[in-house]
Amino acid sequence: MTETFDVNATLGADELVRLTALQMAERLRAGTTTSVELVQAHLDRIAAHDGDVRADADGDRGVRAYLHVNTDEALAVAAEVDAIRAAGGPEADALHPLAGVPVAVKDNIVTRGQPTTAASRMLEGWLSPYDATVVARLREARLPILGKTNLDEFAMGGSTEHSAFGITRNPWDGDRVPGGSGGGSAAAVAAFLAPFALGSDTGGSVREPAAFTGTVGVKPTYGAVSRYGLIAMASSLDQIGPAARTVADAAALQQVIGGHDPLDSTSLADAPADLTAAARGRDLAGLRVGVVTDLPAEAFHPGIRAGFDEHVAALREAGAEIVEVSCPSFDAALGAYYLIMPSEASSNLARFDGVRYGHRVVPDGGGTIEQVMGATRAAGFGAEVKRRIILGTYALSAGYYDAYYGSAQKVRTLVQEDFARAFEQVDVILTPTAPTPAFELGAKTDDPMTMYVNDLATIPANLAGIPGMSVPGGVVDGLPYGLQLMAPAREDARLYEAGAALERLVAQRRGGPVWAGAPELEKGAQRATTATTAGGRA
Amino acid sequence: MSHAEQTMDFAEAMERFDPVLGFEVHVELNTATKIFSSAPNAFGDEPNTNVTPLDLGLPGTLPVLNREAVEYAIHLGVALDAQVAETCRFARKNYFYPDTPKNFQTSQYDEPIVFDGHLDVELEDGEVFRVEIERAHLEDDAGKLTHVGGSGRIQGASASLVDYNRAGVPLIEIVTKPIVGAGARAPELARAYVTAIRDIVKAIGISDARMEHGNVRCDANVSLMEKGADRFGTRTETKNVGSTRAVQQAVTHEIQRQAAVLAAGGTVTQETRHWHEDTRTTTSGRPKSDADDYRYFPEPDLVPVHVDAAWIERVRAELPELPAVRNRRLKGEWGFSDAEFRDVVNAGVADQIAETVEAGASAAAARKWWMGEIARLANVAEKEVAELGVTPAHVVEVEELIAAKTINDKIAKQVLGFVAEGEGSPKEIVEARSLAVVSDDGALTAAVDAAIADNPDVVAKIQGGKMAAVGALIGPVMKATRGQADAGRVREIVLERLGVG
Repeated sequence: MTETFDVNATLGADELVRLTALQMAERLRAGTTTSVELVQAHLDRIAAHDGDVRADADGDRGVRAYLHVNTDEALAVAAEVDAIRAAGGPEADALHPLAGVPVAVKDNIVTRGQPTTAASRMLEGWLSPYDATVVARLREARLPILGKTNLDEFAMGGSTEHSAFGITRNPWDGDRVPGGSGGGSAAAVAAFLAPFALGSDTGGSVREPAAFTGTVGVKPTYGAVSRYGLIAMASSLDQIGPAARTVADAAALQQVIGGHDPLDSTSLADAPADLTAAARGRDLAGLRVGVVTDLPAEAFHPGIRAGFDEHVAALREAGAEIVEVSCPSFDAALGAYYLIMPSEASSNLARFDGVRYGHRVVPDGGGTIEQVMGATRAAGFGAEVKRRIILGTYALSAGYYDAYYGSAQKVRTLVQEDFARAFEQVDVILTPTAPTPAFELGAKTDDPMTMYVNDLATIPANLAGIPGMSVPGGVVDGLPYGLQLMAPAREDARLYEAGAALERLVAQRRGGPVWAGAPELEKGAQRATTATTAGGRA
Repeated sequence: MSHAEQTMDFAEAMERFDPVLGFEVHVELNTATKIFSSAPNAFGDEPNTNVTPLDLGLPGTLPVLNREAVEYAIHLGVALDAQVAETCRFARKNYFYPDTPKNFQTSQYDEPIVFDGHLDVELEDGEVFRVEIERAHLEDDAGKLTHVGGSGRIQGASASLVDYNRAGVPLIEIVTKPIVGAGARAPELARAYVTAIRDIVKAIGISDARMEHGNVRCDANVSLMEKGADRFGTRTETKNVGSTRAVQQAVTHEIQRQAAVLAAGGTVTQETRHWHEDTRTTTSGRPKSDADDYRYFPEPDLVPVHVDAAWIERVRAELPELPAVRNRRLKGEWGFSDAEFRDVVNAGVADQIAETVEAGASAAAARKWWMGEIARLANVAEKEVAELGVTPAHVVEVEELIAAKTINDKIAKQVLGFVAEGEGSPKEIVEARSLAVVSDDGALTAAVDAAIADNPDVVAKIQGGKMAAVGALIGPVMKATRGQADAGRVREIVLERLGVG
């Protein structure tokens, strides 16, 4: 990988987009590629292969990662970076190391000047008057934003099929889901439609799509990245994190967006660690790796189980100490999650009522404010969102609160205690990220419970607020699967260190990175990559 | 729409029932910015200008607690002799209403910042009644709805406008324990309690405390129990009563109304009620039961608030003198009788008198003006004394003019009237309107001579020994000098010119 990288090589657009973000940055700094060239290469590839989310499903074989492509602004920012670099001097010296490397942003993170829909009819045509803190930091570092990526509506789902605007395809197999809720970001990264992207992870929404697409996805420590401007699903669980092809790229992106933000009261005040340095990896010898004994083996695909066991053996061979750790409360974690998450969501989504912004439906002949709110919410929210709002409203109701929300919070404490005990014995914990590889489009949409079970291994990290990362583990049945590493809260640097080491081990065993093995994309229907593709204007 | 409900004579009601009261007083804090955003906390600006994305409930916004609001809550806790929680949390109170931008209120539920306090409330006759304070908690205010195209009420309106300038203004809600034993004095106590809270929050500087601006709003809970009963009756909650006088009237009305319901064998419905200033009655609002489900849960976007002992002690050390303590001190300093001081307090002019004395006038003179002519002018203008435009400095100036014999008491009253009309300071008015007393003997003598010439019969009476008739000559002289003459000096000149006395 980086060892064989020649910064001066002459590369075509197809080769450019396959570089890692850090390699792109290096070429920009060396002057062998311009940011405009880089952004244009991605825009061209999007035009050729992304198709249109809103197109009829049968007619369009594109990836459909993007809800909105931000052509004009991305090119303008790229040109600015190029001009600064060409002029030289202190301003050029002060450029962020990643300046000019394009990035994609999940569409539940608000951006000024381009639409933010959270993949919901409720926000179709709405324009945010402010930038999320993470977006402000991307702008400050001058990373051109390519566009906004598709997701399950309000990030509620594990397949991106709950987007109100259409599905996203898995670049490894166009008939399969890319995972969710951040399927758009993961698919964009896996399909070389963006070098890296922002996602949000409430129960696995960055990590599961990473596993399904052969990419890296990180949920940082709760509070390590500001949530200001992330459209909330469940405030105590939501966390913005990077999606990338390599651990080092993910680290570099988290370095840009992370750190204390006075606009988020739950933001940690810790001085930021040097994640980029951590992502250079470490020697596996002496690393204490915990393997959880309490995850139900029968829930996991046999190929993933076998792959996982092989990696554990390889780790041991490389000198890592493998320790079995018991986390008995993981059993109850899924149930607790599906009470806490909808409870908070029911309250967070109450603001979408048609009074101040967004979708508004007035019943025939007018109506009272209650009727307008009711009609708006009935029309504006999709089925999965309604399901969770109803579930949460019920769980918080008088007479049920103690039995549901109250009990769930107790389970949460038990899960935290499980992790605390485990991390007395180990440095990191290793699990498969998801029980199965990417499933077929439509396979689980009629049965929410089987979809929910998908989050089995990822949810505990959200409940405990600890960082988790999915690293590609290999390929089963022609589809990638992920390995999840978890570290104690505030130990994101440790996670990146171990993640980079694991990534290297996997690449050594396979003879190259998993993401490089993605098949060539099908052609998408040509899409106009103009600034107004996502819905109407506000 | 409000059909008059039966009421029982108050005295009769008191013979049969004991009232139980409870108050929830909402106080708007006068912090520089809102409780969870950096928008200005200001009254009376263009609608929807003092708003940030948070105050409009925009997606993705997050609250950040205003430290000043916490500090103010601590001030109140100390002033109410209450406990200030070492750790407290915010909770979401979920309900849909268009004045609430997030469709939940960020309030406090089971962990209020202030709890277990008390307030000694002095009634008009000096009797002191202790009111136990259950809790006081911080929360955000809602926006303001204006119903247009009808009577101004929601019924019959064609549209409603909402102004979110007030959304997010910090509120502290002060909740009493049930107040028993006030008997027939319950309405008075209600007024005195709300007045005392208003005066305290004003004195300690945490609120502008202007009830007419809604800075202090009271929800009054009233229930009745049969004399000798040991269980409380069903209560009603009269919402948003906006003046101290109205609180007294609302409590009186609810006692009379509930007494009539109970006496007729009916039951009181647990409900919220609306106060009507015009008819001085309450009407049924929506039924309120303990089943009202706000689905409270801890606010996940805020971290717990920690208040350490050092913070509380610093606030305690900085706390200004409380109204009750101050009143005791001022009464002694001014040398007023109990009755005089009570009248001053009840008239709401103690602050003005204190400032006037501080600016150099005597306490007696200050009391004379504030309780006399200024109170009369306010009454005529149907304004509060404080709103009249007459300041303590003006009163001191008037006193100086009198002491210098530039004007007399009668002119002084006129001058105050002109001050209230905005004509300027007393000195400017005396100058501009040439109101200075005429002390030029030459001018006076001429006027006296004219009066003597015009009234030969009066002159005859005086010269005949009827000294009381002198007044009949003084009158025309005062008239001729437009009241600006010193009446004593005029009398001397009259007697001198007539050679009597």
